[in-house]
Amino acid sequence: MPAPAVHLKLPADLVACHECDLLQTEPALLPGQTARCVRCDAFLARNPPDSLDRTLALTLTALVLYVIANVNPLVGLDMQGRVVAVTLFEAVQVLWRDGMMPVAALVFGTAILFPLLELMMILLVLVPLRLGRVTPRMAPFFRMVRSLKPWGMVEVFLLGMLVSLVKLSHLATVILGTAFWATAALILALTFAGRAFDTRLLWQTPLPDDAQDALVTSR
Amino acid sequence: MSGGALTAREAGLLSCHVCGQLARPPEGAAHSLRCPRCRAPMHLRKPASVSTTWALLIASIVMFLPANLLPVMTTTSLLGSQQDTIMSGVVFLWQSGSWPLAAVVFFASVMVPLLKIIALVYLTLSVQRRSTRNLLQRTRLYRLVEFVGRWSMLDIYVITMLVALVSFRGLATIEAGPGAIAFGAVVVLTMFAAMSFDPRLIWDPLAGRSADPYIASHD
Repeated sequence: MPAPAVHLKLPADLVACHECDLLQTEPALLPGQTARCVRCDAFLARNPPDSLDRTLALTLTALVLYVIANVNPLVGLDMQGRVVAVTLFEAVQVLWRDGMMPVAALVFGTAILFPLLELMMILLVLVPLRLGRVTPRMAPFFRMVRSLKPWGMVEVFLLGMLVSLVKLSHLATVILGTAFWATAALILALTFAGRAFDTRLLWQTPLPDDAQDALVTSR
Repeated sequence: MSGGALTAREAGLLSCHVCGQLARPPEGAAHSLRCPRCRAPMHLRKPASVSTTWALLIASIVMFLPANLLPVMTTTSLLGSQQDTIMSGVVFLWQSGSWPLAAVVFFASVMVPLLKIIALVYLTLSVQRRSTRNLLQRTRLYRLVEFVGRWSMLDIYVITMLVALVSFRGLATIEAGPGAIAFGAVVVLTMFAAMSFDPRLIWDPLAGRSADPYIASHD
């Protein structure tokens, strides 16, 4: 790696593409516009209108829907007068008791725990930001949001539930519960919250020119 | 350098994968670097990307066989007991007339894991051979693998709901089988494999053909 002889100041709008490493200038974006890499077309940045308020509103909505989706029964099954209805957590418990601990843990993580943690972390980051308190201490929470994101799979879960209901529809009468509709609404809220979230909000304060070296930690 | 395009690495810069900040590595230091803005660990490329991806890929290939050959669930009813693999579940959906769902489940549970493994093997091999062909197509392939991977979890949720709902003692019960654990392992392992692959390695061979210490080594 050739080290530059002179320490030139890095322009604030200079970015490197995360997928092909190309250095480029991030254009000033109008509300609603998206910037993509000139070489590989990767997503660089978005400027969603009114990002902070919309993301907060949608995340709070999602949190309410999450609670409704988890305390109520998802679906019920009526078989010759005998009715079975389960919540998501009860379904996980059945798997656990059947000796399918790894599968139960996987479902618990991807459909219950990680989506909740992601919502909490987004609030932990955005509420102080909304109140005008920007501190570097919220960075670790944002890092958690990023690493949790691929593991929250509420939308896959809803499709899985639909498939299982089709498989059962000839066997018994299917009753859709409150939590089923709440889960469907939760997916919409999560999707729109994700689209409204402008991550650049967190890093508005530019670094001083003499602080552009990576930090060395001794572990 | 290719056609005047400069990457962050060629410019001697690290880019933070969390907040996008560019930073210079201090003289002589190449390990344990942290972002000056958000304090996330900084690497020129994902550490040991190729060897980690290979390890996870081999593990998922090993798990792929029991995932598809062992039963994922056992249905016990008045008519007797029946064991289902992933594939026989698809056949059942097809025969019961819900062929759109059969196609969705076949795609998510059979095709996606298989194509994902094949695509990642191809990507990792081409990176190791420092291929400069189809750069854009390979980047798009990687994006597709990352996007579509989570949908393989579908069958895990189908099994969860079936096991939880069909528990009419004496009439019909469904229990999860050992294939479900192997199948869950394939999904998780291939997701980790896709995450450990660094798409910037696809573009690196453009930057001169000199010996590259970053392909299969740390930091």
